[in-house]
Order: sequence, then structure tokens, then C-alpha cells
Amino acid sequence: MTETITEPPETLHDITLTVNGIPRPLRVPARRLLSDALRSELGLTGTHVGCEHGVCGSCTILIDGAPMRSCLMFAVSATDYRITTVEGLAEAADARPCSSGQRMNPVQQAFMECHGLQCGFCTPGFLTTITAYLDQNPAPTAEQAREAVSGNLCRCTGYQNIVKSVLRAAEIKAERRAEPHSTGGVDTRTESR
Amino acid sequence: MTTRMFGAPIKRKEDPRLITGGGRYVDDLGREAWVAAFVRAPHAHARITGIDADDAVGLDGVIGIYTHEDLTGTIGERLPQLIPHPSLTHPVTTHPLVAHVVKHVGQPVVMVVATDRYVAEDACGRITVSYEQLPPVVGLQASREAKKLVHPDVPGNIAAHMIQSFGDVGAELATAPHTLHLDLEIERSASMPMEGRGVYAQWNAQEQHLTLWSSTQTTTGVRAAVAATLGLPLVKVDCIAPDVGGGFGVKIMHPYPEEVLIPWAARELNHDIKWTEDRREHFISSAHERAQLHEATIGFDDEGRLLGMDVKFWHDNGAYTPYGIITPIITSTQMLGPYKPRAYRCEFFSLYTNTVIVLPYRGAGRPQGVFVMERAMDAIADHLGLDRTIVRSRNFILPEEMPYAFGLLFQDGRPLTYDSGDFPASLTKLKALVGWDDFAEYRAEAEAEGRRVGLGIGCYVEGTGVGPYEGGHVVVEPSGRVNVATGLTTQGQGHQTAFAQIVADELGVPIDDVHVTTGDTRRMGYAVGTFASRAAVMSGSAVALAARNVRAKALRIAADALEVAETDLDIIDGVIQVKGAPATSIPLGMVSILSNPLRYSFDEASKAATQFTGNVDFDRPPVDPGQEPGLEGRDFYSPTQAAFANGMHAAIVETDPVTAEIKILRYCVIHDCGRMINPMIVEGQVHGGVAQGVGGALYERMAYDDAGQLLNASFMDFLMPYASEVPHVETDHLETPSPLNPLGVKGAGEAGCIPVSAVIASAIEDAEGFPITAMPISPVQLWELRRRHAAGEIPSLKTRHSNAERH
Repeated sequence: MTETITEPPETLHDITLTVNGIPRPLRVPARRLLSDALRSELGLTGTHVGCEHGVCGSCTILIDGAPMRSCLMFAVSATDYRITTVEGLAEAADARPCSSGQRMNPVQQAFMECHGLQCGFCTPGFLTTITAYLDQNPAPTAEQAREAVSGNLCRCTGYQNIVKSVLRAAEIKAERRAEPHSTGGVDTRTESR
Repeated sequence: MTTRMFGAPIKRKEDPRLITGGGRYVDDLGREAWVAAFVRAPHAHARITGIDADDAVGLDGVIGIYTHEDLTGTIGERLPQLIPHPSLTHPVTTHPLVAHVVKHVGQPVVMVVATDRYVAEDACGRITVSYEQLPPVVGLQASREAKKLVHPDVPGNIAAHMIQSFGDVGAELATAPHTLHLDLEIERSASMPMEGRGVYAQWNAQEQHLTLWSSTQTTTGVRAAVAATLGLPLVKVDCIAPDVGGGFGVKIMHPYPEEVLIPWAARELNHDIKWTEDRREHFISSAHERAQLHEATIGFDDEGRLLGMDVKFWHDNGAYTPYGIITPIITSTQMLGPYKPRAYRCEFFSLYTNTVIVLPYRGAGRPQGVFVMERAMDAIADHLGLDRTIVRSRNFILPEEMPYAFGLLFQDGRPLTYDSGDFPASLTKLKALVGWDDFAEYRAEAEAEGRRVGLGIGCYVEGTGVGPYEGGHVVVEPSGRVNVATGLTTQGQGHQTAFAQIVADELGVPIDDVHVTTGDTRRMGYAVGTFASRAAVMSGSAVALAARNVRAKALRIAADALEVAETDLDIIDGVIQVKGAPATSIPLGMVSILSNPLRYSFDEASKAATQFTGNVDFDRPPVDPGQEPGLEGRDFYSPTQAAFANGMHAAIVETDPVTAEIKILRYCVIHDCGRMINPMIVEGQVHGGVAQGVGGALYERMAYDDAGQLLNASFMDFLMPYASEVPHVETDHLETPSPLNPLGVKGAGEAGCIPVSAVIASAIEDAEGFPITAMPISPVQLWELRRRHAAGEIPSLKTRHSNAERH
């Protein structure tokens, strides 16, 4: 620890990210990962970072509705897209208040019903991935459901109940599509047992 | 309560929060904190000759740079030897930052604190550490040969040497009608939770108080270690495990270097500081497990009964032994499984290597022990041409022989005595579930199609719920809200739900009113931790006992208030009422108010407890002698020994005749963890365990090269199973209650992964017709074994197992 050499500070960029429908201005260096910007700058800590090299999928968010590893994208390159994080999933038209009061989209609801999570760390990445998948494939088979979640790592569940959750979510989505009015009250199917 | 909560598949209370982004993991806390990053050793064995940080000091945002020389006082001393043992004759632990010689790649050498992680890592990149390389010891063979030493003062690289035995093994082997020798190997793997480790420290200078959040499996352990290291009174340190993203054993180690360095720096700099482990750091600095070499000699009679078993094994403990020799002790005792050899001897050597430290990973030495015993059972069946399940059942300890004492000491230093289990019943269930007796027919059909399939089996017994103790605290608020605290921690096991189920039943309150806190020293200062499948047994029992105390107190106060006998009262849905006359009642919340005589009222309800209301008996003090104010209770559960769970697994695998690809077609589990608090959660634990077992059997290994570099330290290269690699898991349960605890429960956390390597080896062997002696096994390795088998280097089995099993 000898004499101090002062270096020029890093250039910062003023950008606006549209996250969960809300424009969020922030100032970041060009190298700031989108995952870090969401978590640290915007305080949206629901997006988790499990590997920082795009393999585990915990940090998966939706970019214009498509799943994307937020640890593989720079915040400054995400300004032109609609970003959805786990915190925004419940804003979907087919989300409903559940027994605990929180709004949940069909995938979130299914994870709760099917014990689709244990520690919850990888869960946001699965929820976003499956939400996007079911928008494209509303009625998967068990095999397709397994394939759909085979890009994300989970160390707790052995995937059994995650696969089950995909199938259950498809059912819930179908049920909600069939509802006469899209805004329901408390969903009675979600009682504690 | 009309509905019993215990035993019901209640949806988890923690899920709505975790599913909606409301989780609070360590890295989610402390947005204003400064952050730390580490310069880690790039060599497996090297002497530090210089550290040059000049280029890093001036970097904008760098706050402090620290080496071992800066750590004065207790923080500069070696970390504690957590579990001493008489057989651990040469324990070695390390300093928080390496003092002179690095002993494995990944050891922290320099700590940088900066305003931002990016800057901290920039600074790390500008620090140059010079090394004089020393010859590394990598792998058990090299360590056993001991041509090079990991620690100069540890001869033969031997940290520990231990022998346990019963019966006269020498005599039994000498007179046994048949003897076989087996060489068996399991490679290194790791817990690998999705969330790495993390520490966040807040130093309050005014209060001289440290609050610490750690992604740990033991907050009381971390708290005590940090208080001792920083020279703080225990009362001035608190440790909290917030949401923890998986543990599986690796987070039971404490303190990791970072767990003392971060709080130390927070106090030095008087600023919040946080460190979040990245994935590469986790691979090269957080604990591994599993690597062991085994040699077993078995003697048996014509019926396949095991007469004598003599096992010697070598356990790779990595570069240091902070957690002692728990893992090899477990191997040496739990190898016995559900069987009763007449004589048994197990000798092990725990050896140093220049690799990451080793401590229990889910299963904790059992997967290796079970592998040895189950390979032995299959070898006996092959040798005698018997059905593998018949050989096993002839060696089973029978239900009427419980409790069964082996005369060995278990990992908790207490006698290895099985308390419960019905192994014949489990085996019957397993055979029915997998269709054991129909397999030969299935195989014939498959072979007719040119497919190669095999059936495998593995049985285990798991000592769960080891002591010394856990505590429970239950308090009812005037609102009727019930707060429950237990000190052990949670990493996804659903404790907030399971413990609430127990308390709801014991107290007679709706489960929605019960709120459970785990792993927070502010709420429960006495605890041990979450490991050894002990949470349900230990804390489950403790909160049950605490709730019973609260119930007794509530009934006493209510009986007084209602002027009836306590025995006439019951608690239904949070209301104490007279049996048969429910109109005479008092809510538990009101009892809570009455339990706490007040001078000052704070709302309408609390007026009832003030001094100038109601009928006062002037002969009695407001708080009766021997009583305490408040409707609360505390109790501890401390068992004399472990509760022994068990299980049996079977699998059908298919091996590709050309590519040697291995596919699990079916995976069946019979699981006995005694009474299940929440079958949905138990099932989930089994699923997760099996998946980790599949990883350990077919995919996961720590690929160290001869220089001690971990070549696959990323999720790209360390093959953790995705959904595409994990088969559908079929389960069935047997519930033989443990007589040892008030709930009749046994642990379930580790069970799923314990026999998987044994089961898959058994199935591949059955498919291929030659012995499988080392796991994990890759297609490349299987292909090589086929080549060697074809060349006559590996003998064929005497009988294809499932042909002997045709009925």
C-alpha cells in the first residue's frame, strides 16, 4: 500500500429501462450487467444470479416476452425492450389473487400448488421461462414440459414437481381463458390444502 | 382444531413470498454496503514470496486492501478445529488469509474492499502475488504414497487413522465357506447449491454491536466463532440466516474465512460490508466431498449370509480438517446398512491433499459406505447364483431384533443402535413397485429388440436427528398470533410450514396464526444447526415440547378465569372452551392478555389485565409464584442417540450397445422416515436427493489435474443434471415410527441421494454382465470397461443377476 495513483473514473451512461411496465431511469457504466442493474440499481432482487455465465438460468427474465439470461446482457443494451422480471409476472391479465392475498400468474399459482420449489433461488428463472413457454405452447405433454424446463438448473427439487407445475399451469391458464370475466376475486382453488 | 395438520400435505407458507420475488437472500440485503472481493491462490501448493498491490490502491472506489499481515490479534490466528476427535491426530486448519504457503487453488490471499463489486474485482486483477511453487499432492493415490507431503509436519499425509470393529473378523474370514475381495472407488463431488455463500455485516459503532447475515446452516455456530475471533461479548453479536438458496452440507462449515473477515472489516472501516461468492469461487473455495478408495474382504456361507467383513478405506479430506473426520466415521458405521454381519472391522485413513476442504455433503459418507456394502451383496448373489433380494433379506436385521446395537460408536460419539425399521416390509414394497419378479421377462423382450437393460437395487440405513439438542420457543400474542422460534436454519426444507403444522396441532390453533422463525440468534440463542437430517427430529420435537408447555399454561390460566377444572378444557381453533359446553370459552389471545398483569392498558382488550379491573384476590400476587408473565414457553429436545431412517431403491437402466450411453428408464424408492409431518415436503426431499444421487452416479466429478487445478470449475463443465437427465421418480412410503422422540419422526433430508450410486452400478452391472466397481461412470468409461472386458481384462459375472432372479 504505497502512493496513490489516481485514475479517471469510469464513464457512466444515463439510460432508461422499461421494467414491468414502468420506465426506470438509471446511470450505469457500459459493462454493468443487466442482472446487476436490476438487482442493485433498481432493487428488483427477485432476479437471482447463480452462475454469471448463462448456464443455470436463475437470472432469466423476459425481454419483449422472450426468456433471456440477464447475466449475459448489458443494461445499456436493454433500453429498447420491455423487460419483465419475476416481480412483474403477477401483472399478467391472467393473474389472480391467491389465498395469501398476492396476485399470481398461472405459473406462480401452479408452483405453489405442486410444491414446485424448495429453497426458491432458481425459481424466478423457472417462472419466467415457463411463462414464456406456455404463451407459445399452451398444452404441452409431460415430455414437452420436461424439455421446456431443461435449460434451467435446480438443485433442490429433482425437477419432478417443476414438470408437474408446468402441466398444472397449462390447466390453470386454460381455466382462466375460459372464465367469462378476466378479473376474478380470490381463487378458491388455492386454499391451504 | 377439527383438522389435524400433522401428516397433511399442507401447501407451504413460505411459497407466496418466494414465488413473487419476495425472497430475501444475503445478496438481496445491504444495497448501500461496501463489497469485498478476494485474490485467490492460483496454485495448489506454493509459498508466497511477495504481494504487490500498488496498481490497485489508487483505483477509484477502492477502500481497503488487506493481507495476512494486516490481520492483527485473534483474526490473524488459525481458524478453529471445529470437531476434535481422538483419532484425528494431525489436525490442520488455515488462517483467514493465507499466512505463508497456499495449500489449494482458491484459498483467499488478499481481501479488497471497494464501493462496488466491479471495482473490487478490478483491484484484485491489479494485485500481483508472487509464488515459489511447491510440489502438490493431488488424489488419494498420490497422498497414500506420500512421496510428497501437504503439510511438512504431517507424516504420510495422514490426518486421522481409525479402526472400529465387532466380532472376530479374522476368525470368521478364515473359516467362511466363501470369501471375495472388492476394490471400490467413489470420486469427488460437491453440494453445489444454486446460491453460493454470502456474508453481510453491519457494525453499529454506537452500540458496539455486530449484526451478521450469512448464508449458513448454523447461525449460532457462526455467531460464537465470530464473537471469539473479534473478541466481542456474545451478546454484542447476532447472526441471521435469511432465505438461503440451498445448503446440502457445504454451508455447515463455519466459520469460512470470509465469515470472520467481512465482520472484521466492517468494524475496522465502520461501514456495512458484504461479500457474495461467485460460482467459480464456490467451486474452488467451498467444501467438496465423496472421494474415497475402499478395499473390502467379505466372507459368507452357502446361503449368502455375511459372516465377516473387513474394510479398509482411504478418505480424501482436502488440505485442512476444520470439520474433523465426521464423513469417514459415517462411512465406517453406516456401511452396515440394514444388515448384521457376524463380525465387522473397518479401518480408515483420512488423508491430506492439495485440494479444497472436505466436509459432509448430503448423504455424508453414506453413499460410499452403501456402495461398498451393496456391491458386496451383489457380489455374493453373483458368486452363489442367488437372487439379489434373497441374499439381502437373509442378512436383514429383523423388526423383532430392534433396538439393534452393533457395539460401534456413531458420528455423534454415541452407540450405533438402530431404533426402528421393518426391512423385510420395505423390500416387499420395493419388489412390488419396480416389478422385480417380472423383470427377467421384460429383459427378454428388450433383448429381442436389440436393447440392453439391467435392474439394480440398493438399501441403506441413515442415522438422522443427531444431538446434542435443539430448542423451541412459542409465544402467543394478545392478538392470538403465535410466534415460534427455533435456532436451526432453513435452506428450502419448508420448516416454516412443517414446524407450524406441529405447533398448530399441539396448541389447537389455526395454522395461519402460526409464524415460524428459524436461524436467527436474536430469537433463539441456543441451537446447533441444520445437518444430518436432523431438523424435523430435533426442532420438530423441541417446538412440540415448547407448545405443550404453552398449552399447559394457557389451560391453567383459563381454568382460573372460567372457574373450571383444567381437565374440562380443550383448545379448539384458538379458543379455550369447556368440553361439552363450548359457549363457556375464552380465546387464547385473551389468555395471553391475562397471563401478563399490566399497570398500563394499550387497547380495549388489554384493559382486562390492568390492576383495577375484575376480581382481585388480595392473597395472591399478580404473578403466581413459580410462574412468569406472558403466554409463552420454551423447551429443548436432546436425544440419547440418533433416530435411524431407512430406504430401498431400485432402478432399471438401459445401456446403448454401441455408444454406451446410460439411460435410467425407471427409478423406484421406498422410504421410511417414520411419521411424516408433511408428506408433500418429504416427497420433495426424496426427489431432490435422488436427483443429486443421479448426478453423483452418472455426471458429477471434480476434475483435478495433477497440478491441483480444478479443470471443470463452472456449470458449463461440471455436469449438474438438468430435468432432461433426471428420471421420473416413483415413490412409496413405509412409516415405522421412531420410539425416541415425541413425534415418532426420523429425518428425511439426505435419504434420496444415499443409495443412488449403488443402485445404478447394480443396474449397469446387470445390463453389462461384468462388475462395476467405480462411480460415477460416464459413457466413455463404460465403453472402456466393455473394451477391457472383451479383451479378458475384466471377468464376467458368474451369473447375469436377473437371470438368477427368474421365477
